[in-house]
Amino acid sequence: MVNTVDTAPLLKMSGIEKSFPGVQALSDVSLKLHRGEVLALMGENGAGKSTLIKTLGGAHQPDAGTIEIDGKRVDLSSPMAAIEAGIGVIYQEFNLIPALSAWENIFLGREQSGLLVARSDERSRAAALFERLGVQVPLDVPSRQLSIAQQQLVEIAKALSQDVRILVMDEPSAALTPLEVEKLFGIIRELRSQGIGIIYISHRLDEIFDIADTITVLRDGRYVGDAPASEMTRRLLIEMMVGRSIENEFPKQAAEIGDARLVVTGLCRGAAVRDVSLEVRRGEVLGLTGLVGAGRTELVRLIFGADTWDSGQITLDGQRLNINSPRDAIRAGICLLTEDRKTQGLVLCRSVRENFGLPNVKHLSVFGVMQQRQERGAFAGYVDSLTIRIPHQEQLAKNLSGGNQQKVVLAKWLQLNAEVLIFDEPTRGIDVGAKHEIYQLMNELTAQGKSIIMISSELPEVIGMSDRILVMHEGRITGEITDVASTTQENIIELAINS
Amino acid sequence: MNAIEPKPQRWTAFANDYGMVLVLLFLIAAFSVLTLERQSSTGADAGHVVARNIIATHGTSGTVVVVAGLKPPDEAFLREATDALKAAGVTVAATIGGKPADARRTIEHVLQEGHSIDAIAATGDAANWSIYDRIESVGSDKCVSAAPTLWPTFAKSENVLNVANQTAIYAIIAIGMTMVIITAGIDLSVGSLVALSAVATAVFIRDTGAGTETGVGLMIVGCCVGMGVCALAGIFNGAMITRLGIPPFIATLAMMLMARGLARRLSDELSIQALPASFTWIGGAATFGIPNPVILMVVLYAVAHFVMSRTVFGRYVYAVGGNAEAARLSGVPVKRVTVVVYTLCGALAGLGGIVQSSKLGSGDPKLGLMFELDVIAAVVVGGTSLMGGEGRIFGTLIGAFIIAVIKNGMNLMKVGAPEQQIVLGAVVLLAVLVDTLKRRGTAH
Repeated sequence: MVNTVDTAPLLKMSGIEKSFPGVQALSDVSLKLHRGEVLALMGENGAGKSTLIKTLGGAHQPDAGTIEIDGKRVDLSSPMAAIEAGIGVIYQEFNLIPALSAWENIFLGREQSGLLVARSDERSRAAALFERLGVQVPLDVPSRQLSIAQQQLVEIAKALSQDVRILVMDEPSAALTPLEVEKLFGIIRELRSQGIGIIYISHRLDEIFDIADTITVLRDGRYVGDAPASEMTRRLLIEMMVGRSIENEFPKQAAEIGDARLVVTGLCRGAAVRDVSLEVRRGEVLGLTGLVGAGRTELVRLIFGADTWDSGQITLDGQRLNINSPRDAIRAGICLLTEDRKTQGLVLCRSVRENFGLPNVKHLSVFGVMQQRQERGAFAGYVDSLTIRIPHQEQLAKNLSGGNQQKVVLAKWLQLNAEVLIFDEPTRGIDVGAKHEIYQLMNELTAQGKSIIMISSELPEVIGMSDRILVMHEGRITGEITDVASTTQENIIELAINS
Repeated sequence: MNAIEPKPQRWTAFANDYGMVLVLLFLIAAFSVLTLERQSSTGADAGHVVARNIIATHGTSGTVVVVAGLKPPDEAFLREATDALKAAGVTVAATIGGKPADARRTIEHVLQEGHSIDAIAATGDAANWSIYDRIESVGSDKCVSAAPTLWPTFAKSENVLNVANQTAIYAIIAIGMTMVIITAGIDLSVGSLVALSAVATAVFIRDTGAGTETGVGLMIVGCCVGMGVCALAGIFNGAMITRLGIPPFIATLAMMLMARGLARRLSDELSIQALPASFTWIGGAATFGIPNPVILMVVLYAVAHFVMSRTVFGRYVYAVGGNAEAARLSGVPVKRVTVVVYTLCGALAGLGGIVQSSKLGSGDPKLGLMFELDVIAAVVVGGTSLMGGEGRIFGTLIGAFIIAVIKNGMNLMKVGAPEQQIVLGAVVLLAVLVDTLKRRGTAH
């Protein structure tokens, strides 16, 4: 912290209230941010973080409370007003026009008049901004061709071009690889040293301790507390977020590991998956990790039949499988919990009950007629055991929170009673409480003798929950870690970048 | 993201489920009020009343002539009045259905034969004819007719049945279209398939059967041929869409052109009229007083509702339209489901063609022109979203009737055809607007 002796903080929000029909999203929330400070805003899904930063970004108007900048009260009645007050918000979904280049996006809506001269001026100003950030971004290609990390840099540059003094970032690391996250942190530290106040939201706890100066915790729309990061422990933070004590973040219970069940030999698909062989044993959680784009998701999609493979062989319990579609894989007893539940896991406009029944129609129907009573009964069991929070089974999937959506997807695969369960980023975007429940579920499954392949980018999770770890790099498996207990994140990263 | 779940308010849920029914009921009520007028006394009921009045005033020994015009209810009047009078022992010297001049000639003929006429049982219209005073020994005071009643022309049973009968064909085709639109597709070929089916059936009956003398068995085979050809066209549509990735709009637009051309070639651009009575019975006759197409429609809707709401196939159709990729990854055979849906849509369009040609008594290559637009309009007004994944079979039935009722009501109120088109266009726009607003309301 550069400047804690200031009398007036850079930003002071006090007594913020906001309600939506039927929901009190924020009640009496206060927050203080100083110049050159990185404040981590923490809380589970639904704690009110997004609502609070939308209030700051002028997207929502608070029902009560005041916002002060440099001790002066400001009225953030619109996104424009927020920008004028020096507040830049980078939401999870970027606001870039895909067809426009980086510098065109940066100056979108603020173009200077005049043709060629102004354009080349804008382009060089954009280049200067990236230089200030110490990064290189292709200036002239359409934004849609930029990587997620590069698009994020464009967003940051755009905010800087507007002379922001307060920069809010909502889950900026969610889609980044570990290396890219390191780069992002370098940039954040640079901005901090320039006196910009930063509000940083993330679900990844280890990052918080790396980057944040202070931590503010929200729960159920209320302010729970704040503390300097140096005085906070991981355990204490989780307890503040969840509101109860959690004994063990990764409650791994190793099951008895038996013979190999799913055996993959020489699987290839273009450049994405190159000659991959692996096996998963009875009762085992096989962690599969690597950088984003290393081919992990591509690999499990091949095993599940979602894409077609060029060559290779898959056997389950010694039987060779001929998998041409997900339907074949499901019949063989393999299921895939996809990375993106909204576009691949759920039919959002249909009810949770229908989503639950979709892969299970064979066992829930007689002569092609759905046995609705049986279906309701089966689903009700999972609603209880997974504590899925829904008002009724006809609730549309799109109206559920991320954690509950994930549980519905889990329920549909559990009902299938598959032998091999592939979980692709099973806890992404899910709050601590729900994560814990999913880990315990994985324990139960392996205790029943099922096999699990778990893809995850969160290394603590990979180390905490796997019996064995495979690391991928550029479509190949570049390392295997059998002694998980004594491995470190650095070991894995080394294998992942394959230096 | 915050888990701020908008709780659906009760009235919006109600409006979502029953809004269209309320609109239909409102339209029926509105047109009933707007077309409320004095109905000339005709039809079976009036015939019965007149017969009873005559027996009450003249006893059963008199001689009576029954007079009515030429409209269908007039026939019912004549039949009912004559039967009732004869049953009571009254002498019915003549039963006249025709123009005033016909009535005058016949009455004069009856008088010349030496009968005296005690009373004339007439419909309201026929009683107002001026001929009676011009015939000696008869006067308009001898006319007995039922008192005119105040009743909406719109709600007369023959009008209601007429509306239902005309809607049936659109509604039958709209079942398949609803399924297609629920899969987030569209089928522009249904209008042409109506013609193709009609022509294929008629050509088959003409060339393999004995024209109007064709037996029932061969006639049924002919209908199967017509529907089968259209089902094949549907399979072709589905294959183009799923195997070659051609957008449904384009694939079915091509089929719309090809099927129309095929129908014209098959029929040599002629209307084929040599069809047996058993064939015209399908679309032209009534069972228990209800037109056959209406019965067929009701049965098909019951089946389709069951299929879409209770079967695995229905579940798959909604899933494919809601999110094809998520459905595929849940083990749904997306391509097969899509092909089956287009096949069903083709077959139902074929059935619609058979009903239509049977009703008109000819297999005509010009049948079904622009049907696809009316059918799509019915589906959209019925609340099925063009984005796919949402919609109800019975919603479409309501939608088809909303359009039919508006058309019929405007006809009765003598609104011109151009104005009708403007109104119908506005109705479709309004239906989509409601859908869009609903979507915006739940888009959190």
